[in-house]
Amino acid sequence: MGSTAKPREIRLSTTPTQEELAKLKLGDIVYLDGLMYTAREGVYKRALDEKANIPMELPAESAANFHCSPAARINEDGTFEMGAVTATASFRFAKWLPEWLAKSGAKLVIGKGGMSSKDYKAYFVPNGAIYLSTVGYGTGALLGRGVDNVEAIHWNEELGLAQAMWVIRCNRMGPFIVASDHEGNCLFERENERISKNLHKVYEGTRPATLKRFGETDDKSEELI
Amino acid sequence: MIPMDLIEKTAVTLMNKAAIEIPDDYLTGLKAAAEVEDGDLSSFVLQAMLENYEAAKEDRRAMCGDTGTPRWYVKMGNQTQVEGGPVALEAALRRATAKATNGVPLRPNRVHPLWRTDHDNNVGIGAPEIEYGYEPGGEWIDLITVHKGGLFGTDYRMLFPSDGIEGIKRFYLDSLVAFGKRGLSCQPAIIGIGLGGCKDTCMVLGKRAACLRTVGDRNSDPKIAELEMELKELGNSIGMGAMGFVGKSMVIDAHIEVGYCHTGGMQMSVHAFCLSSRRAVARVFADGRVEYRTDPQWFTDYQRRETVEWEVPQNHEKSA
Ligand code: SF4
Repeated sequence: MGSTAKPREIRLSTTPTQEELAKLKLGDIVYLDGLMYTAREGVYKRALDEKANIPMELPAESAANFHCSPAARINEDGTFEMGAVTATASFRFAKWLPEWLAKSGAKLVIGKGGMSSKDYKAYFVPNGAIYLSTVGYGTGALLGRGVDNVEAIHWNEELGLAQAMWVIRCNRMGPFIVASDHEGNCLFERENERISKNLHKVYEGTRPATLKRFGETDDKSEELI
Repeated sequence: MIPMDLIEKTAVTLMNKAAIEIPDDYLTGLKAAAEVEDGDLSSFVLQAMLENYEAAKEDRRAMCGDTGTPRWYVKMGNQTQVEGGPVALEAALRRATAKATNGVPLRPNRVHPLWRTDHDNNVGIGAPEIEYGYEPGGEWIDLITVHKGGLFGTDYRMLFPSDGIEGIKRFYLDSLVAFGKRGLSCQPAIIGIGLGGCKDTCMVLGKRAACLRTVGDRNSDPKIAELEMELKELGNSIGMGAMGFVGKSMVIDAHIEVGYCHTGGMQMSVHAFCLSSRRAVARVFADGRVEYRTDPQWFTDYQRRETVEWEVPQNHEKSA
């Protein structure tokens, strides 16, 4: 491994205070303790579009929404077996998140790939929420180790195992990376900007395709989500 | 005659191994990338991944919570017969996929594209995919399972002879940069490139180049081998690393497979086999022997043949 500065490591509750959240800086490494629930398009549609009653006390029990479908099963005796846990890409849920953050009081949104700074400024910051990104993104076994217990599963009959609302108890679950801060800055956009500066050099000696596509752009610095 | 219960039992073991044990060639490649990576966040990510593979093996849990879309590549020697025939074989592989989904457990990823029906077992219409290959000589069956992840990292484009190598490089970079942003393709990856064929075969070739060749393996055509090395270097010079952070590890290896195409075209596809480059292989013999390995050894001279007839080389008959 090259000589690199180690990022800062922080332990955080899944029901964090505003002061704790305000201290988080882009690129900090976070480990979580407390209850966390999975919710993605299935849960959002059911809770927001179909107005079903959310089967948990939110945000009192948990203010941490994980964009995830775990590799898990329900045993015959009703207990659960949870193996690996990996997030799914969050940008696809932008449609529901403004309403969800307001309704659920979620302060931590955990997923893959983050959102845009526009999203952060429009509805994360006003709701006092922060985005945490999983690492890799394939660190499913490490995250699985941070699951102390599977407390419940809701809506699995209606939505299937992958889309259900899993409630898990975390014990130093991580690592996660702080990808947005309380001002709505975006870690991925910062990195993208730095990388883009060099791209014209990398592209030297290549040529654009003879046959173009509709809507094609040649601006390599553009964000795609 | 190869007994079907042995095939099914072996297939369940393979599903398990693929989900949990990172193949050695990829692990060695990733360690080498971690050695030279100097982006602070990228380095942290690679280190976490190395710890993750250890945790998966120690706990016998899947390395990634997204266990991909399990599929099968089946190859047989020319003399092979399986008990119950091909229909029984496909049933055994479907059963093994369902059992392992529940056993390991894997994520039940496969749903109907419109109705989103989930059987919670990774089996459904066309799932798992089962593809076949044959080799001259031999009485054995190779079972290869690949759990390729990723909604991201794959693209196809119709290029033309006038696009040339410069056009190939452009589309390659475009794919890496586009899907590398925010680490959507979970790089560093094994990049597979399909060139030629028709649109469907171009995709098949590229996917097989990514999933069925090991890190360090080179195409048997020396000029293509050179291009593979060049593309690997090029990908690692973008300035991007894991998760789209500043860094230099994008590509663990680049593999190219070609197929003869329409005289006017030069089809190209790009595929990324992610940080969870999951594959497991076993050869099952008629006498009940089972040999496990992680190298699919798919692309033999026979698979890349150019001629009408195939002359079996003398030493091939026994070893293949
Ligand atoms: S692309 Fe690979 S490493 Fe990333 S989440 Fe999917 S399976 Fe896991």
